[in-house]
Amino acid sequence: MSTRRAVITGIGVVAPSGIGSEAHWKTVCGGESRIGPITLFDATSYETTLAGEVPDFDVNRYVERRLQVQTDRWTHLAYAATELALGEAELDPSTVEPYKLSVALASSSGGNQFGQRELQRLWQPDTSRTVGAYQSIAWFYAATVGQLAIRHQAKGPSSVLVSEGAGGLDSLAHAARLVRRGADVVLAGGTEAPLGPYALACQQRSGRLYTGTDPGSAYLPFDERADGYVPGEGGAVFVVEDLEHALARGARIRAEIAGWAATQDAVAATRTATGSVRQYARALGTAIERAGLAPSDVDVAFPDAVGVPGYDRTEAEALRAVFGPDGPAAVTTQKPLTGRLYQGGSALDAATAVLAMDYGLIPPSAGPARPADGCDLPFVREEQSAEVRNALIGARGFDGFNSAVLLRAHS
Amino acid sequence: MTAFPATDGRRVVVTGIGVVAPGGTTRETFWDLITSGRTATRRISAFDASAFRSQIAAEADFDGAAAGLTPLELRRADRYVQFALAASQEAVLDAGLELDERTRDATGVVLGSAVGGTIVLEDEFVVASDSGRNWLVDPDVTSPFLYQGLIPSSLAADVAVRHGAHGPAVVVSTGCTSGIDAIGHAYQLLLDGEAEVMITGASDSPISPVTVASFDAIKATTPDNDDPEHASRPFDRDRHGFVLGEGCAVLVLEELEHARRRGARVYCEVVGYANRGNAFHMTGLRPDGLEMSEAINDTLRQARFNPEDVRYISAHGSGTRQNDRHETGAFKRSLGHAAYGVPISSIKSMVGHSLGAIGAIEMAACALAVERGVVPPTANWQNRDPECDLDYTPNTAREVRVNAALSVGSGFGGFQSAMLFAKLGRGR
Repeated sequence: MSTRRAVITGIGVVAPSGIGSEAHWKTVCGGESRIGPITLFDATSYETTLAGEVPDFDVNRYVERRLQVQTDRWTHLAYAATELALGEAELDPSTVEPYKLSVALASSSGGNQFGQRELQRLWQPDTSRTVGAYQSIAWFYAATVGQLAIRHQAKGPSSVLVSEGAGGLDSLAHAARLVRRGADVVLAGGTEAPLGPYALACQQRSGRLYTGTDPGSAYLPFDERADGYVPGEGGAVFVVEDLEHALARGARIRAEIAGWAATQDAVAATRTATGSVRQYARALGTAIERAGLAPSDVDVAFPDAVGVPGYDRTEAEALRAVFGPDGPAAVTTQKPLTGRLYQGGSALDAATAVLAMDYGLIPPSAGPARPADGCDLPFVREEQSAEVRNALIGARGFDGFNSAVLLRAHS
Repeated sequence: MTAFPATDGRRVVVTGIGVVAPGGTTRETFWDLITSGRTATRRISAFDASAFRSQIAAEADFDGAAAGLTPLELRRADRYVQFALAASQEAVLDAGLELDERTRDATGVVLGSAVGGTIVLEDEFVVASDSGRNWLVDPDVTSPFLYQGLIPSSLAADVAVRHGAHGPAVVVSTGCTSGIDAIGHAYQLLLDGEAEVMITGASDSPISPVTVASFDAIKATTPDNDDPEHASRPFDRDRHGFVLGEGCAVLVLEELEHARRRGARVYCEVVGYANRGNAFHMTGLRPDGLEMSEAINDTLRQARFNPEDVRYISAHGSGTRQNDRHETGAFKRSLGHAAYGVPISSIKSMVGHSLGAIGAIEMAACALAVERGVVPPTANWQNRDPECDLDYTPNTAREVRVNAALSVGSGFGGFQSAMLFAKLGRGR
């Protein structure tokens, strides 16, 4: 087996916490919530009226007009995140051998807003039964990866992975696999744009969304008042690179994707299901083990923090099963500030972990103010100076997907 | 240094096959169909297609209850998920796989789908939007399982539940190469020691108004509605586009020693997988087939095969003007003279093009071709196209000792994938 190592050299954040990793970092360190009433469409008739939206997103800055009409907002957000990541990495993709440049993003609901417009056109009474020419290339789950591969002349092995919220981590793991198999550069991570009228209706059917109206208590993972999550849009894209390739061009190396693992609960989804402690713990523990580390080497853990009480308890128990009764050295989550961005959210947590390494600082956890029974982990209450050498990120996907990635600081 | 288990020398074999296809909703009925040269294309019966440009499809006469699905599965699973539940059951039984607590943890599920829950999404949209009248839809009138329709990860989750598979699970959705890419992903997880057994394949049930309209809009599907049985004509001079299909195939992939220890029957070995992007156009293809050829070359390198070792090519062969020319170019570029001596065929002539699923269905056909020494034909081939001048195995199956079978796929987004199966002992 090859020993090529995969490192992160650029991060592009496009999320409710801001555009660009600096803006994101400022928001998470300040603990500023970006949850508010949905403005992308009139959601007042919905049970869920709150969400995290990307502030001041100017699509014209990132996507030429000709392409805007061929693509969904989900793709636009990914274009922006990719451009920012390449900028941070100071990498001009045209300098990479095309067959060694890959795009491997996660996807969940695809181009759902584009799809809804076309479904409406198709089904409206008294119109012809047609859709536009771009429906076939904008709605499907691979649309963003296909467009990015064309834009950046990436001819290497590409992939589109779907495991709902776990997808961002599965994508990073796959980027590392692609590097081991010979890719020099992989664009990984993912964005999500779930705030269309039909897509939101679909999400409400999961029964996991917060249905109240108070932004301050809308998404409280691990808290005794936890009552579901708030959806959000955006995510993060990474430039993942072969270590030698990065060194050769003098790139700043931010972190290594050192370990990863995925498991499945394989239990039928029901309203009373809470996930499997054993399977989630196995994913977390295996990611650490594959990095050649012990749980005590982990400086901070970024949990899934879904905000559904039973699943929060399961996550706390899984962390204790891996780290012992006191849990990891530090636990922090910023999801309550942005909402749950599905695959974009687990990618965003990985971005926050890399920034924590950069700055030598663990950002404060956005709650819980009053941990629920069984959820009392060592949450970081105030931003904490610390050398972050190893960070564990956990994520779960509807339904039963458990993934973990161990990021190691590069020394 | 990462401490993954030592993985050099691991080999991966196919030990089980399950198929739900048009004209044959089990492995053996599918094989009978594709070796007979009969076609399963017909006028669309799933809905009234008379308003559309293309009105034909290859539909699967699938009965979930007869296939052994539970009442709960029948209630909550979309059609494409039901296909996968049935096909995975057939594959696991075929493999004689009995999962215990320990092997469950090392058994993963990687399934592909190009368009996932399109049918349920469309049907429920029509209800919730009052036939498209309302932009703000009413969720209260929709199916309680609608969220599973929005995100196709439910395909892998539901199959994992059925088999109690706790290993790595994910859906691969790379459009029309999803099937090959999903099996390829599973293959790589096995090579890397991330799992010992993988339940893998792909499923799609795209036959719905919105899919038909989408392909109408770009004239990708055939408008030849008058003679449905002969409408899918890959490599023929008078081909006019593809015929939409649906279906699923699931393979059990297994690390060789794991299979040997339990005395499993081996269909074939997976000896190569590669994918590339053409980085050219979302739907357009250049005639030279350069990037598909790169993918083929990579699989040959992985297997340490020469071009003449390939004894069957399962073509993408969608029957569009540009595709068949594109891949003919790729075969010549990769195999040189040997391209003229190898039987090639497209089973899409018989079972249609089921988007992401077909890649897996074609891999099932390759595994059976290697095992049984029979190459399925290209049905409906009548007239030679000067630009498609290879041996497409017209109309009649052929007995051939298939030491190695290559399959390729090509899809929107520029994805080009290739996979190579070989008789055990012939690879590397």
